[in-house]
Amino acid sequence: MAVSAALALAPRLSVAPRDPAAETEALLGVAGWAAQFTPGVALEFPDCVLLEVSGSLKLFGGLEPLLELLRRGLKEMGWSTTLAVAPTPRAAFWLALAGKGEFIGSTAELEPALAALPVEIFCRNDETRAALEAIGVRTLGELRALPRDGVARRFGQGLLDELDRGLGRLPDPRIFFVPPARFRAAIELPAEVTQAEALLFAVRRLIVQLSGFLAARSSGVQRFVLRLGHRDRAATEITIGLVALSRDAEHFTLLLRERLSGLALAEPVREVILQADDLVPLSGRNLGLLIEQGKPPGRWESLVERLRARLGADAVRGIASRAEHRPERAGVVADLEAKQMQMDFGERPFWLLDRPRPLAEIDAVPHHDGRLELLVGPERIESGWWDDDEVARDYFVARTQNEALVWIYRERRGEGGWYLHGVFA
Amino acid sequence: MAGKPFSFAALLERPDIWRGGSLSRAGTPTVPSEFPRLDAELPGSGWPAGALTEILPAHEGIGELRLLGPALAALSNRGLWLAWIAPPHLPYAPALAVAGIDIGKIVIVRTPSAKETLWATEQALASNACGAVLAWPKSVKYADLRRLQIAAEGGRAPAFLFRSPEAAGESSPAPLRIALSTAAGGLEVRVLKRRGAPLARPILLPAMPPAVRGKNHHVDRYSTAATAARDFPPRLVHA
Repeated sequence: MAVSAALALAPRLSVAPRDPAAETEALLGVAGWAAQFTPGVALEFPDCVLLEVSGSLKLFGGLEPLLELLRRGLKEMGWSTTLAVAPTPRAAFWLALAGKGEFIGSTAELEPALAALPVEIFCRNDETRAALEAIGVRTLGELRALPRDGVARRFGQGLLDELDRGLGRLPDPRIFFVPPARFRAAIELPAEVTQAEALLFAVRRLIVQLSGFLAARSSGVQRFVLRLGHRDRAATEITIGLVALSRDAEHFTLLLRERLSGLALAEPVREVILQADDLVPLSGRNLGLLIEQGKPPGRWESLVERLRARLGADAVRGIASRAEHRPERAGVVADLEAKQMQMDFGERPFWLLDRPRPLAEIDAVPHHDGRLELLVGPERIESGWWDDDEVARDYFVARTQNEALVWIYRERRGEGGWYLHGVFA
Repeated sequence: MAGKPFSFAALLERPDIWRGGSLSRAGTPTVPSEFPRLDAELPGSGWPAGALTEILPAHEGIGELRLLGPALAALSNRGLWLAWIAPPHLPYAPALAVAGIDIGKIVIVRTPSAKETLWATEQALASNACGAVLAWPKSVKYADLRRLQIAAEGGRAPAFLFRSPEAAGESSPAPLRIALSTAAGGLEVRVLKRRGAPLARPILLPAMPPAVRGKNHHVDRYSTAATAARDFPPRLVHA
């Protein structure tokens, strides 16, 4: 149909030129995602992906559950598809092409199912198709009713061979698709998006694709990049670093949601690109034999990442003890699972104040919520003359009027004075 | 009627029979507090896992963390993570290590606002990835507490919320609420709420740091003659 004719029928039609490169990229993307279900993935350009699933049925619990996974995944990636199943790849391809979502289990059912298909499904040659139409052959069944030698003489052996491959009478070898070593997928947005959170819908499609791709390669990633393409500016880059390898789409989505929710876009976004370069082998998950009670234990790494995505990387830290006499250096904020160096000290409090707090001194007695009673001490700490952070202090355990225990010291340098440094919580 | 001899005592042992005055045993798993006198009064003999425990100390520094020390030590030594959310000060690693806690398993989460504190606590509980969750929310409403309690349910982590003593008067969905104060040089634990019959009498725990134990009267001449500090032989630390 000509564009002008189409517009005459539907004036509000929006017409876009076909983009073969984008179609190929999309097809490869689907193939990479689908490789998680079977190693036997073949492509039928421009718009079909063939999966050899007979070996995967047991793992996925049968055909129907597997089809459900395929359907859901393809939908999540935003594709409208037709799924067809047949004993031969060519027959499945034809059925899908004809828009018939038929599931044919045995070769015996194949012939009647194919008989109803129109000839243009499998006959690519326009001349042959016109000739077939001219002799009144419209379906595959009608073609098969003609004498074989006559058909071969008139249309060539190729047409018969094609038919025989579809029916499984001739071998139909395929070159299997090999997923690339890296992941990169892009979606060009139909309209420019100004709200970062609104991008999540498109990003989610890419994440599903990434997750399937990683499952196909039995790999995980520790780092991936979301790039937001603008019209005039350089792309906005969001790098997601993970504590541990993962390929969990839900987890990726959560992390990106947190990051996108806090993002102010400098310019509208036209394109989103998801990229993961360093794939690391990650084995599958073993399920427990017994049904566990309560909630399944969550992954610690996921929690840390979720907290960091929202609060910032510095908000989630560990603590460490160091071989140091100066109290503020003996116990510090550190990386998670930092190396620990323990020394034998006197009594130390559970809380250390970020900064020692000066205490009032009345009648030569330090006060904090009233008069302080010194219980243990002094413990003299003199250290740090070598790095310009010298301390010279006498530490005491003291009791407040409220019977709380605090850790205080008397400064021995400069003007002296009493300071609160810790709380025995 | 033939059959097994009927035993009333055996009937009472059934976990689904609850008698007023006894504590509920069935149901939720617990983490022992390792204080025998306290465990005896807690339903399930310990801190409830997968539930909120509110701790309301009268003042800071009376032993509110020492009370949790043994339980935290046991959990961390089983390789479980301890999440400290919005702590008021720095958890001091040398002291925690002396208490037997594997400090490599402690993670502190700093939050910019009270809202984020609740969010982080809810995440930590809902993930079920922690051995224990300790949180210091600045302000928390009943609805927030209910969200947290729901997030904690079914999980394995006891969740300790440290709140001000004024909160004792407010209602709360937390199944265990404990008020702390000091008495006779020890820690006085009042169980405000537990699953089972209420506890009228407070429990007195010797939850003092070892070096301070027995020092109920000021024994140091410093308090009267602090200016003479330099004349006393201090325990010297040379580096």
